[in-house]
Amino acid sequence: MEMNWMPEIPVGRTIEYVIDLFSEHCSFLTRAFSDVVESGISLIVNGLMFFPPWVLILAFTAIAWFLSRKRGLALFTLVGLLLIWNMNLWGPTVSTLALVLISTLIAMMIGLPLGILSALNQSAYRAIMPVLDVMQTMPAFVYLIPAIPFFGLGPVGAIFSTVIFSMPPAIRLTCLGIRQVPTELVEAADSFGSTRWQKLFKLQLPMATPTIMAGINQTIMLALSMVVIAAMIGAKGLGGEVWKAIQRLEPARGFEAGIAIVIVAMILDRIMQRIGKQSDKPA
Amino acid sequence: MDHKIIVQNLYKIFGNHPRKGVKLLKQGYTKDQILEKTGLGVGIADVSFHVDEGEILVIMGLSGSGKSTLVRCLNRLIEPTDGKILLEGTDVTSLGREELRQLRQKRFGMVFQHFALFPRRSVIRNVEYGLEVQKVPPKERRDRAMKALEQVGLKGWEDSYPEQLSGGMQQRVGLARALALDPDIMLMDEAFSALDPLIRRDMQDELLKLQEKMHKTIIFISHDLDEALKLGDRIILMKDGRIVQEGTAESILTNPADDYVSKFVEDVDISKVVTAETIMKNPGEVASYAHDGPKAALWKMRQAGLSSIYVQHKGRLMGIVRAEDASAALKSGEKDLKNILATDIQKVSPETPAYELFPLLVESSPLAVVDSEEHLMGVIIKGTLLAALAEGVQTNGNELDAGDTGRQNN
Repeated sequence: MEMNWMPEIPVGRTIEYVIDLFSEHCSFLTRAFSDVVESGISLIVNGLMFFPPWVLILAFTAIAWFLSRKRGLALFTLVGLLLIWNMNLWGPTVSTLALVLISTLIAMMIGLPLGILSALNQSAYRAIMPVLDVMQTMPAFVYLIPAIPFFGLGPVGAIFSTVIFSMPPAIRLTCLGIRQVPTELVEAADSFGSTRWQKLFKLQLPMATPTIMAGINQTIMLALSMVVIAAMIGAKGLGGEVWKAIQRLEPARGFEAGIAIVIVAMILDRIMQRIGKQSDKPA
Repeated sequence: MDHKIIVQNLYKIFGNHPRKGVKLLKQGYTKDQILEKTGLGVGIADVSFHVDEGEILVIMGLSGSGKSTLVRCLNRLIEPTDGKILLEGTDVTSLGREELRQLRQKRFGMVFQHFALFPRRSVIRNVEYGLEVQKVPPKERRDRAMKALEQVGLKGWEDSYPEQLSGGMQQRVGLARALALDPDIMLMDEAFSALDPLIRRDMQDELLKLQEKMHKTIIFISHDLDEALKLGDRIILMKDGRIVQEGTAESILTNPADDYVSKFVEDVDISKVVTAETIMKNPGEVASYAHDGPKAALWKMRQAGLSSIYVQHKGRLMGIVRAEDASAALKSGEKDLKNILATDIQKVSPETPAYELFPLLVESSPLAVVDSEEHLMGVIIKGTLLAALAEGVQTNGNELDAGDTGRQNN
């Protein structure tokens, strides 16, 4: 039943108007940005695809070993990536990895400073936290819609929506990590006459590192899942394979791409967890 | 006489619109009334005192009495609501942010109850922290930090991490971290309260020893009267954010200002006030090293009903001879006490407090009390010590805590 006794409040239309306004007046900016990022992405993807897959697979295995010092993880990386290659999904996997990497970097570049700010400044905290709640509860698909007028179809729009979707944990956990530093330690740093920056870099950030790493890990996982969804607006990669399989009703192809995503997710997650644990030790 | 620090009418009220709390306090409302009426918490209320150069001032009170808030106001870790803090004439409360940082860097060294060491820094880098903040060059920084570590007896531990050290050692690091800056004022916030009693006593002795050399101005927060009596040149007693009594240990002990103070005082451990001199017994017969042989020694023991006898030579205590050794020597025909004299006897000075006698008595009994010329003044055996303590005021145990509010777990 419609509510007749009150005129409709134009919530949706207002937002649409704002988006239109932006895309009309700023689209030359966003499109230019889009071009730059897109050429960056293709540079990375083409660069990686230049090597034969087995070289990259060995390289990734070596990186996994080097970062985690776990034989099991290195072995899993090797076997998993070989399986992906065997399923003829190497190309899409590389472009998915590139998208995740870039989105995560951007999310960190924006998220860490915002996290630090909200930890140190109470008004910033009050302003940022509700926005994060909105960002996290809004269905991920919705972010895809404004991405198109701003950046057009393709990977940049995908990165835009991925960054928005995956950034909240980076902000939240950075903030939490800094706020968790015991008061007495902060008092100690103050009592020796530290400046705000000295306190941040010598005490608060080192103490918060394990928590921040956990946040980055979550950001990577969210980015991976969003990159898959973003296939709907033309991001290629493993998500694109799944999307194609849905449209053509090809369960075989769909599950293969799905398994490849799981493998990539597990490798990234385990490596990040190991790094997080190592950063927990005094150094 | 010029005082080092003068605190004038200092207030700290927690909550929104704290000035209102100051006004109410001046009108005579109590801490509880103000909390009920306005929701404001009174931290400290109208506190005035002074600290002299080179003295140890102990500020004591129960938890919630405002003592920790007070010490944090001195270097403005907590911003006072009203009042003045004069450090050699400069009003600390009026300093800008940069001047305050300078003051904290150069003048104040702070030691915390739970050590507050930086867990991700090695011991030496903890000690270097204050110098690092001041941008002292790395080489000089390391040298000064090493010197501070040596002062507290932690040489060789510089590359360990705080979690690898015991509590006592961690607090030595905390002390070294403050000393490395060579501040003239040390703020010690319940610095030894988290340590177990034996370690705490060691640290107190250590601090007194260091203070003999350093002559810093020390403001020491404590809730333990025994600690206050031991360390403090003067003591300030606080309750509900106000000063209840101020004075030397003796004046507080003998002349408590009110019920609150006398409650503190009646808990003083008698074993710390009683000394060896007051409980020792007359040594009675003593053997002479020059004149007595085993036979004479045995005879003297039998006369006095003892199983051993002290031996003196020209008024100096030489050692002790036991009855069984003397009778063995007598049988083998020895003429003097040289071979049967046990020289590894426990000697204590007459000023030794009773609590230090307990562990010694466990190791060996009797104890010889000797003066500075090694002349035997008296003996103490286990029975005499216990009898002396039993005669004294009833006590609640050896480690007395003034606190009744969950401080027992120290």
